[in-house]
Amino acid sequence: MKKIALAVGLVSLSIIAFAQKSSTDSIAEYRQMLQDGNPADLFEAKGEGLWTQKRGPKNASLEKCDLGKGPGVFKGVWVELPRFFADTGRVQDLESRLLTCMQELQGFDAQEIANTPFGRGEQSNVTALATWIAAESKGMKLNLPQAHIEERKMYEVGKRLFFMRGGSHDFACATCHAQDDKRIRLQDLPNITKNPGAGNGFGAWPAYRVSNGQMWGAQLRLNDCYRQQRFPYPIFGSDATIALGVYMGVNGKGGATVAPAIKR
Amino acid sequence: MADPMRIRAQAAGDKATIRVLMSHEMESGQRKDGNGKTIPAWHIQDVTATLNGKTVMTAEWGPAVSKNPFLQFTIKGAKAGDKVGITWKDNKGDTRSDEATVT
Amino acid sequence: MQSKFLLPLAAAAVCFLTACSTPLPSSADLDKLTKEIIARSFRAQGQAQLDRVNPDEDNLLCAQADQSGTTIDEKLAAAIEARNMQTIKPPADGKFLGDYKEGEKIAQSGSGKTWTDKADAANGGNCYNCHQISKEELSYGNLGPSLYNYGKMRGVANPNSAESKPIVEYTWGKINNPRAYNACSSMPRFGHKGVLTEMQIKHLMALLLDPASPVNK
Repeated sequence: MKKIALAVGLVSLSIIAFAQKSSTDSIAEYRQMLQDGNPADLFEAKGEGLWTQKRGPKNASLEKCDLGKGPGVFKGVWVELPRFFADTGRVQDLESRLLTCMQELQGFDAQEIANTPFGRGEQSNVTALATWIAAESKGMKLNLPQAHIEERKMYEVGKRLFFMRGGSHDFACATCHAQDDKRIRLQDLPNITKNPGAGNGFGAWPAYRVSNGQMWGAQLRLNDCYRQQRFPYPIFGSDATIALGVYMGVNGKGGATVAPAIKR
Repeated sequence: MADPMRIRAQAAGDKATIRVLMSHEMESGQRKDGNGKTIPAWHIQDVTATLNGKTVMTAEWGPAVSKNPFLQFTIKGAKAGDKVGITWKDNKGDTRSDEATVT
Repeated sequence: MQSKFLLPLAAAAVCFLTACSTPLPSSADLDKLTKEIIARSFRAQGQAQLDRVNPDEDNLLCAQADQSGTTIDEKLAAAIEARNMQTIKPPADGKFLGDYKEGEKIAQSGSGKTWTDKADAANGGNCYNCHQISKEELSYGNLGPSLYNYGKMRGVANPNSAESKPIVEYTWGKINNPRAYNACSSMPRFGHKGVLTEMQIKHLMALLLDPASPVNK
């Protein structure tokens, strides 16, 4: 009698254990298995090559590009962006700063690249460069500067944009990203108003999206957010996108980064 | 020539683990575009791995392999300093070869 | 000079050079700056025109409350709810329920109203993004409460009866304009903002209230 009771007990325990593994757990497991062999590596390799390659009308490389820590410095710059740049008098994020360097050093037309759709022409090169530069800060903690008044103003603007409701559906960023433990369908949503959500969210892009096989920088991630919020199109490298980057990055201060990450 | 592969080759004991990331669209030939036309198949068909010039693995891939494929396998007897070569050929006749040294 | 003065002095020097001692503009000025930035940061694309970044009074008030982390003032909330209540019209033919099978399709569809969607195509309700609805569909969000057994839990045995009328009318109003009941609800105003047609909303009503709907099984 005892033996049967024990066997029944074990069987029911294993049934409970099986039922406990939720859909979100299984998806997390699947993503963990994909970490090795992240196709973002391919874009990283491409970006690394583009940094030193002489290109554009001026036939120059990007090796003198100042991304915030001095000309040519690429290690550790990504965790301090967006930040204020004296030469342009603007707070800039990585992708808009790359456009500045591609124009000033290589002679490309920054406006033209900004107007090029994602994934085409020089835009795909910007994405590759952004992927590589993010990788050069891999594992470092977010540490955006707020010393300059322009940086602090942009944080405040970013906060207002984050909570602004609009579009046909009255969505704000905050509608989905201002509470803990929320998800859309089975996609977990980081709470971007504070850590760890802000660090996890902001610190994961650029990322490779398995579902469409595309490499997405932070600009494209924000672009698609706004599209699904039913807003009009955010211009590439616009102040609104940069302000949001400041808001998210400052909220994520001290958070460890995982970019370039792999996503669904 | 197509975009380069990323190859990592690590020796542990009497074998080496090879990890390869290939850059390829891998169009299955079964998808249709917005106008209903079938997107033509464009994918890797043959993969060859060599160790110091000698073929150690061959593979035939079909439409089920996904975009930017990741391949992992082990080579018995490979040690640090050996050269691993990977070559792929697709159904359009395009090909790519890359090499890495086992660490 | 004593060493304990050197560090704050150095910091002050850095501050002076990097403009960190400059005080932040007033909140009103920052609101103005935000508006200017919005004006130059978006462009019309597809069916998404720039009026979509020109929020109405309801959205302005709710955003302000959210931003400050406080609940919106009672009087303002009541005014928002009254404004939105006025937009709700009963169905033209007096019939509130449609086909629950169509309702399930509408609840599953997330398309419509983005700049990649055609303006004249049928929009989806996107309901499963935020709500659990049927028992079978495991892929549901949790931004909104579960709607499983919606009609059953509220004792709606016959949606056409007099006793079910309050629930039926509330549900109709809620889908058409949730801000009539909850001033700063996160839920879209499907009827009022023209996201769903009257017929589509009737199908959703059936999904939730028809005793034959899988939601109520």
